[in-house]
Amino acid sequence: MLPYPLLSASLVLMWLALNGFTIGQFILGCIVAVLASWGMASLRPAKPRLNKWYLLPKLVGIVLYDILRSNIAVASILLTGGKRSHKSGFMTVPLDLENPTALAVLAVVVTSTPGTAWLEYNSLNRTVLIHVLDLVDEEEWRVLIKTRYEALLMEIFE
Amino acid sequence: MSTIEHAGDLPAWAALAVSFFLVIGAGLTLIGTIGFTRLPTFYERIHAPTLGTSWGTGGIVMASMIFFTVLSTRLVVHEILIGIFVTVTTPVTLMLLARAALHRDRAEGNPEVPAEAPVEPAGEAEQPAPAE
Amino acid sequence: MSHMILAWSVTIAQIMLALAMALAAIRMSRGPRAQDRVLALDTLYVNSMLLLMVFGIRTGKVIYFEASLVIGMLGFVATVALAKFLMRGEVVE
Repeated sequence: MLPYPLLSASLVLMWLALNGFTIGQFILGCIVAVLASWGMASLRPAKPRLNKWYLLPKLVGIVLYDILRSNIAVASILLTGGKRSHKSGFMTVPLDLENPTALAVLAVVVTSTPGTAWLEYNSLNRTVLIHVLDLVDEEEWRVLIKTRYEALLMEIFE
Repeated sequence: MSTIEHAGDLPAWAALAVSFFLVIGAGLTLIGTIGFTRLPTFYERIHAPTLGTSWGTGGIVMASMIFFTVLSTRLVVHEILIGIFVTVTTPVTLMLLARAALHRDRAEGNPEVPAEAPVEPAGEAEQPAPAE
Repeated sequence: MSHMILAWSVTIAQIMLALAMALAAIRMSRGPRAQDRVLALDTLYVNSMLLLMVFGIRTGKVIYFEASLVIGMLGFVATVALAKFLMRGEVVE
């Protein structure tokens, strides 16, 4: 009946937020959500497993805080500096994550944080190429990504 | 300067909060685009619009939510859909664009771009990197 | 007093967003390469989406929210298609 409960629940919530919280819209939204999750099931049978879903709010909080902090950092670089106030560059980070969903979440986190951009994941030697706007210390960024995000994602997804 | 006539019964704290978030959001977006025009290379420029799509969008979404919630005295949350939508889609477009730029730079043999690492044979088909 | 501040900050936000759109348009016309232009187009889409939301606050109409949602979706699809085109040379393989 419901192959993807999380997807269906968020579809119903989205439907209600767009159309107003009434009982009729709720029923209509439920029908749409069930149909959509059937369509999803026929597209992709392998579904992601969340082991410790209660850690997700912690991840969201950490990410929102980091995005706020790096917004301030990047804004000050852009405002104060001309062209030579920062040193940007490419760097590779070795990853222990293997779960595709966890990798996708990590990519979204890294890219939506101003100052770092996820460029390319190499599944053969499990490294990712990222570009950093303010590359003072490579090791610092590596430690940040591995301890702050990757450890938490491994706990949630693996 | 015309005042906003439909905001007649908006309490002062809400008006101040909406103003604060509006100016913060629009200011961050503007700073992002200023950096976007000033930074010298494409890979640096790709960081600049994320200011507008993270807390720039967040600030304006927050202002709109406070404004309509206080004004109509019911919870208005549909703006948060835009926030979620932008947060999810921007990294996808930026990653795709960055990969396209890397691919084009490698195909031209641009020496400032790191060379392509070997790709699994069973993985997605990639054009081989030019020898450097 | 607080309503004056609100009216002023809505105007300032609109001016800043319009300026941001102008800067993105400058980058789009200057290039120098195709990926810069596509990134500028994406920034232009996001900025116009935000500008429409500020218009919604100014006029108090919910219709602007729906317009900005549509612009956001169109911008996403357009940028993905253009990035795919830059990478492969065609959109549908």
